[in-house]
Amino acid sequence: MIPLEHFLILGALLFAIGVVGIFMNRKNLIVLLMAIELMLLAVNMNFIAFAHYLNDLSGQVFVFFILTVAAAESAIGLAILVALFRNLRSINVDDLGTLKG
Amino acid sequence: MAFSLILFYAFGFVLLASALAVILVRNPVHAALCLVLAFTTAAGLWLLLYAEFLAITLVLVYVGAVMVLFLFVVMMLDINLDKLREGFWGNLPLAAVVGILMAGEMVLLLMRGFDGPIMSPGAPEPGFSNTKALGQVIYTDYVFAFELAAIILLVAIVAAIAITLRHRKETRYQDPGSQVTVRASQRLKILKGLK
Repeated sequence: MIPLEHFLILGALLFAIGVVGIFMNRKNLIVLLMAIELMLLAVNMNFIAFAHYLNDLSGQVFVFFILTVAAAESAIGLAILVALFRNLRSINVDDLGTLKG
Repeated sequence: MAFSLILFYAFGFVLLASALAVILVRNPVHAALCLVLAFTTAAGLWLLLYAEFLAITLVLVYVGAVMVLFLFVVMMLDINLDKLREGFWGNLPLAAVVGILMAGEMVLLLMRGFDGPIMSPGAPEPGFSNTKALGQVIYTDYVFAFELAAIILLVAIVAAIAITLRHRKETRYQDPGSQVTVRASQRLKILKGLK
């Protein structure tokens, strides 16, 4: 049988790859969104592993809701991206200085 | 070595490799396709954990809908890749330090294991339906959260359409208001005595 730690370590590595992706692709908004999806996938992996090993279905219910919210989030994120590209002709994060924050 | 362990290592390797490809490849279309591979492999791993419903949901919702949306958007935008890749490898030292620290800390902590081994309960008995069990929990204990999730999806639909909707001046639109208030005399021309 596969020990629980294997799944947790896989989730940790996947999450770290997502964080590295955010650091590396600081300019590319699309790949930033994809890195966020990777991190969400890592979290879901942990939830499902615990749900199985602790024999508790609540973990799977949580993943269900995370998937729902993440789908909504990426739909709105991509809509904002499209609106942004129409106005600026660019998705470079460095160009988003209109508010001068 | 048990067959499931071999499967785990194979899927885990493909998952990590495709995740690395997502963040490192140059072309965003290739990145999106690698993410599709990562999601599909993760669905395989979830099947190893007997989460059938969520594995299928991941493939249907994520690979089928969200990633298609991603691909659609990536292909619709005309981006200057050279500008976006400027200084890409310059970020590597900081990213590597943060990533290795994070992964190292979590792995070290997890390698120690838990107090008392957590054993897998094994496969559920034949005839057990994961979807049915999940449905019985969602529609009873979590029914309020479930309806809230439905509202979140509705809000997301409305928001995504409202953000991207635009009116072009040159396009011809129907005006339902004036369509409703039209009178018969404005529409029909009755010609009498036409031979």
